[in-house]
Amino acid sequence: MSTLAVHDHDLTHHDEAHEHHHKATFLNTYVFSQDHKMIAKQFLITGITMAFIGMILSLLFRIQLAYPTQSFPLLETLLGRFAPQGRISPDFYMSLVTIHGTIMVFFVLTAGLSGTFANLLIPLQIGARDMASPFVNMLSYWFFFLASVVMVSSFLVQKGPASGGWTVYPPLSALPKAMPGSGEGMTLWLISMVLFIASSLMGGINYISTVLNMRTKGMDLWKMPLTVWALFLTAILGVLAFPVLVAGVVLLIFDRSFGTSFYLSDIVLNGQVQPYEGGSPILFQHLFWFLGHPEVYIIIMPAMGISSEVLSVNSRKPIFGYHAMVYSLIGITLLSFIVWGHHMFVTGMNPFLGGVFMITTLIIAVPSAVKTFNWLATLWRGNIRFTPAMLFAIGMVSFFISGGLTGIFLGNAALDVNLHDTYFVVAHFHLVMGSAAIFGMLAGVYHWFPKMFRRMMDERLGYLHFWLTFAGAYMVFFPMHFMGLDGVPRRYYAFTEFPSWNKWLTVNVFITWAAMLSGVAQLAFAYNFIHSIFWGKKTVQNPWNANTLEWTTPIEHLHGNWPGELPTVYRWAYDYSKPGSEEDFIQQTVPFSQTMSSNLPHDFEDNPGGLEEYNKWTATHKANEPVK
Amino acid sequence: MGYIKGLNFKRVITLFSILVLFGNNMIFAQATGATPAKVDWLEVGYYVLLFVLVCLAVAIIGRVLNVYDLSLKMQGKKGIKWNNFNAYICLGFIIVGLGAAYWSITVQGSMTLPESASKHGVDIDNMFLVTSLLTLTVFVITQLLLFVFPFYYKHTEKRKAYYLPHNNTIEKVWTVIPAIALTILVVFGFFIWQEIENSTEVKGDLNVEITGHQFGWYLRYPGKDGKLGNVNYTLVDAQNSIGLDTKDPDAIDDLQADTLVFPVNKPVRLNIRAHDVIHSVYMPHFRLQQNAVPGLPTYFKFIPTITTAQMRIKTDDSKFEYLLYCNKICGGGHYNMQKVVRVVTEEEYLVWIAKQKPFLNTPATTKPEAKAPEVKVAALNKDADKKVLSTRLALNN
Repeated sequence: MSTLAVHDHDLTHHDEAHEHHHKATFLNTYVFSQDHKMIAKQFLITGITMAFIGMILSLLFRIQLAYPTQSFPLLETLLGRFAPQGRISPDFYMSLVTIHGTIMVFFVLTAGLSGTFANLLIPLQIGARDMASPFVNMLSYWFFFLASVVMVSSFLVQKGPASGGWTVYPPLSALPKAMPGSGEGMTLWLISMVLFIASSLMGGINYISTVLNMRTKGMDLWKMPLTVWALFLTAILGVLAFPVLVAGVVLLIFDRSFGTSFYLSDIVLNGQVQPYEGGSPILFQHLFWFLGHPEVYIIIMPAMGISSEVLSVNSRKPIFGYHAMVYSLIGITLLSFIVWGHHMFVTGMNPFLGGVFMITTLIIAVPSAVKTFNWLATLWRGNIRFTPAMLFAIGMVSFFISGGLTGIFLGNAALDVNLHDTYFVVAHFHLVMGSAAIFGMLAGVYHWFPKMFRRMMDERLGYLHFWLTFAGAYMVFFPMHFMGLDGVPRRYYAFTEFPSWNKWLTVNVFITWAAMLSGVAQLAFAYNFIHSIFWGKKTVQNPWNANTLEWTTPIEHLHGNWPGELPTVYRWAYDYSKPGSEEDFIQQTVPFSQTMSSNLPHDFEDNPGGLEEYNKWTATHKANEPVK
Repeated sequence: MGYIKGLNFKRVITLFSILVLFGNNMIFAQATGATPAKVDWLEVGYYVLLFVLVCLAVAIIGRVLNVYDLSLKMQGKKGIKWNNFNAYICLGFIIVGLGAAYWSITVQGSMTLPESASKHGVDIDNMFLVTSLLTLTVFVITQLLLFVFPFYYKHTEKRKAYYLPHNNTIEKVWTVIPAIALTILVVFGFFIWQEIENSTEVKGDLNVEITGHQFGWYLRYPGKDGKLGNVNYTLVDAQNSIGLDTKDPDAIDDLQADTLVFPVNKPVRLNIRAHDVIHSVYMPHFRLQQNAVPGLPTYFKFIPTITTAQMRIKTDDSKFEYLLYCNKICGGGHYNMQKVVRVVTEEEYLVWIAKQKPFLNTPATTKPEAKAPEVKVAALNKDADKKVLSTRLALNN
């Protein structure tokens, strides 16, 4: 069926035999698959693998921070020249923080999160047979895979991977002689990013066109689940913002390899006057953060969507303020394009601009606050089931609050003067977009695992995983705020040169051990994940009693999702515990005519015919009711 | 033994495959070092064994719970109530968590910077305090609700959730209140920001130049004329580390220094430059930070208000020094680019400045013509140079 997906949208019957016009082989089923469900799984597994790599990198530099004077011969065995005498070298430390950031931000929380859930949920939740262009969708995954391989392979080059920080500010990243990582490692980083952005664009365009064109009958925009809204707006953000990074990256490639001076001027490196003239390093920062700030919303919005859905399903309650939730997502999408300058308050950017960016930045806190309050209101008077997914969704909200509030400090230009680039920032973004987004992603994995793999994950290991990770993440990031308030800069290889920071040494040891604990907890997840794929308990069709369309598809995957006709949608996705209904959930495919006892006048706001029927029914029903 | 059976073949295989998968990740950078230090494999084995034991313990506890669950069910009971279990942990977590947060804020919070040693820093600290009180209140309330609601409304068959799709009044309330609170913060922040960033030069300011390079700082003080002479990066060489323009009469008497010394209560204008990559002048005790960008001179004007000697008494630390750090990633030596900053009385400052040596030791022998830049750069005459420097800040934005 592949490319015919758009056309067969209105066909009433779908011929199974016609669908498989090519034979299903291992190669086209598991490797070069064009089925959105398989591509989602590919994104997920690649994303999880990258997440483990990123996590191991972070543990390596945590070891250095906790034990800066100790030698670990094992490190030399494993890392060779990067850890001479069993101690991580300063340059490799920089590589570790750089690649950790890059992998986590782009490969895990952008591709791993959006890629997985946009692919899985958009067609399934809007009632489409596949993506608008399954072939481009497949390309999107393989570009991402290639980008991952190139990024990880940079550990194999002589001078090590890129090491100028994940923001790769020139001139540091533009001058190969400025640090070892700015050589081939940086070249590979740039190649990898270009591939990655190509992947992201192909995916994003697909997600947008699928949501806009391929919704099933009755699925108007205001009936879409919040997951689809979030993924849709995320895709729009990505499509508009990522090309700007390509522009920035291409100019950087020119500066590095073709002798241009877009970002370079007045440079004397190691006593040698360099020929660059007329460029501006600040230009790169503008281009980078024009993507970079929308990027953090690209990361957090899918997590918000997933958490909204999971919180609602497991509270057995409609999400509170559905419209407000959508409008706040739209508000965040629009505002996120005009706040990038808050990363640049102290860079030498015109102070007046700083003031403007401070205003826009603090405005964006309003929709975020609305979302938080709505989540809390969703929990209020719910009937709460603690599935692992639910716990992770609650954890996501908790991190979002904790990290979001410190954003009010950093968005304030006056306060940012002293906090910029300190551990306070590290604590802030690891909570608000790192931990919150990864918890949203894990909530999604636990929640939709039965849909993806037809089996259930072990709940008890899920609880263990959640509580260890949740407590561990707070133990890691909470104390960092105070290091930041003591003026400890981030990306410092060792604090040993500063006697006044000796007091933070024990805190560093504590943080490292908390990080180890969280790391070990992820092995519980990895075991649970892999074990459940093969030997987990078989799932039922709708294990969580949820309303959305994906749970109306058969457990066995088939190319085209629904056998026969596509389902028709009659109602929004959040009719949980509706008074008058026997079940505590009413799926989107159930027409109002079948639920007369639970209908509300509100359900017929834009449906005068239905309202008339409803009024008639209530009138007759009241007449028949015995007088009390 | 039932417990041992639980660790059946499949599980062992899975565990093994995980170890292999993630073990492989560790080895991607394998290479031969010169003389590798000896690995104590016994110790490594000890940690691996410890990990295996923990896994075993988890597996055994899992089995025990399974058996317990089954025996409960055989007695006609409902089995382990995991839902209630998690609800109680939620409650426990928020109690312990808020307690730990309180401990962290009071104990670790008191390990932070001492009071601001600059005039504008006092405003920043006040702003910080107000923001902290506001956000901490919101933090405690929202986190409490977030964990108490799940505990209180945990699942029971007896009750149905309350169908509440929306309530426009309350939604308006909690949109408007944060908006008002944030507006107040923005307005105050905006004024303080404007005040801090006003680095216009006024007569009587002490101009000090600081130039970042890998990995250190060059410091330049004006000579008797009170003016810093021009610099031009194309003139940098072994003798002239910052590219001082020897043709400029203002430059001849400029002084070099090793320590940043400022007289107390006098406005100081830091003129910030960088030679190679971006650095950042960060002096947290003064609540001061400004990036040093190659090709883009930046400034920060402030008034130090507490001398080092006074601060030593206040912090009860006889070795206390103000420090300047580099706070923008700049290479392998980024973590060690500190400079000591001293704030002294006016008299002490005059004594100190008199001892400083001029930048150009032998001004007669350094002919500007002799320092032909290695690379062709469009020669700018002095006036044009000045013009470029003064307008570049605006142009680059």
